[in-house]
Amino acid sequence: MRLSQGAPGAKILAFGGYQPADIVTNDDLAKRIDTNDEWIQTRVGIKERRVAGPGESEIDLAVQAGGKALAASGLSHADIDLVIVATCTLEAQIPNASARVAHRLGIDAPGAFDVNAACAGFCYALSAAADAVRAGSAKHVLVVGTEKLSQWVDWDDRATAVIFADGAGAAVVGPSDTPRIGPVVWGSSGDKSEVISVANRQSFLHQEGQTVFRWATTTLHPVAKLACERAGVDPAELSAFVPHQANLRIIEAIARKLGADNAVIARDIVLAGNTSAASIPLALSRMVERGEVQPGGLALLLGFGAGLTYAGQVIEIP
Amino acid sequence: MAVTEQEILAGLGKIVNEITGIPATEVTPEKSFVDDLDIDSLSMVEIAVAAQDEFGVEIPDDQLKHLKTVKDVINFIQA
Repeated sequence: MRLSQGAPGAKILAFGGYQPADIVTNDDLAKRIDTNDEWIQTRVGIKERRVAGPGESEIDLAVQAGGKALAASGLSHADIDLVIVATCTLEAQIPNASARVAHRLGIDAPGAFDVNAACAGFCYALSAAADAVRAGSAKHVLVVGTEKLSQWVDWDDRATAVIFADGAGAAVVGPSDTPRIGPVVWGSSGDKSEVISVANRQSFLHQEGQTVFRWATTTLHPVAKLACERAGVDPAELSAFVPHQANLRIIEAIARKLGADNAVIARDIVLAGNTSAASIPLALSRMVERGEVQPGGLALLLGFGAGLTYAGQVIEIP
Repeated sequence: MAVTEQEILAGLGKIVNEITGIPATEVTPEKSFVDDLDIDSLSMVEIAVAAQDEFGVEIPDDQLKHLKTVKDVINFIQA
């Protein structure tokens, strides 16, 4: 037996993002539930979010974001030999999303699997993609985070309706002579599985906000620091910190404790809401578009969510 | 040696000031966090976490919701 010849490192070639057209403002929500714009902005940090139309599936969102990332990468669909989709909100679990997304994008017979690590999903999928490139099991990987949370949220539950949204983000990963995707730091706390959960197929998403807030603001900054340490990067060298866009106050609390003093902090949640596995690549795609991050800059990604699960790694901006 | 009520009050005043910007002198035993100091539930979690670091007493979320006033928190820490 012998092993495949892999690459010395892996890198991100390009990002792509997609938000559905329909905007739901805080005032729109206040017409239906007991909440208001000021309350939502101070507690969660969201001004508006997008929701997919009735005929628009999480697959459609993924195809849009994946197509943009592929176009921006300069590669052709024939170059992609693995597609990984991170999602936790598929309308039906069979078949998986990745094979359908690949087919719709004209990618012929790639390896195709989904990752469910909820809001940490993109960082898990990115790590799997980088490892596949380094091991030689794939050359170019399309990684997509896509979520249609609107179909799992009870729009009369003000604990969740004000937070969650729909969207997709994607990255193309390929070989590199030097490491441009750092080692992942990942883990989970299954003892807290019930704090973000859907009880059964007839239930909506349930979240215990205070418990999640406490967990996120007390246990994740050491994970963020360790991801920097494993990559040999000082937090002061980061030009961007892109955590999962869960809640602006969680984002700011972790950023404060991380000490990334020179980094732009992603605040995409303000206009995108919490899009779970899509939030990190969606935020990155928009930061690149707006010129907030420069090619060659280092960004720390940190996903965390239901499971509870978490994962983070340092990447170089393409 | 147990910390005195005055020491806990001073510590809480400092914590509340750091998290919410409310002057520490406003933090007096009879004040309600929500009704008098206008502190929301997420800031209460941050205060509970900071108080745990300061005084070594964990205030779990299911207990936290019953602690309405500054005095309630002082009593919980002293108990």
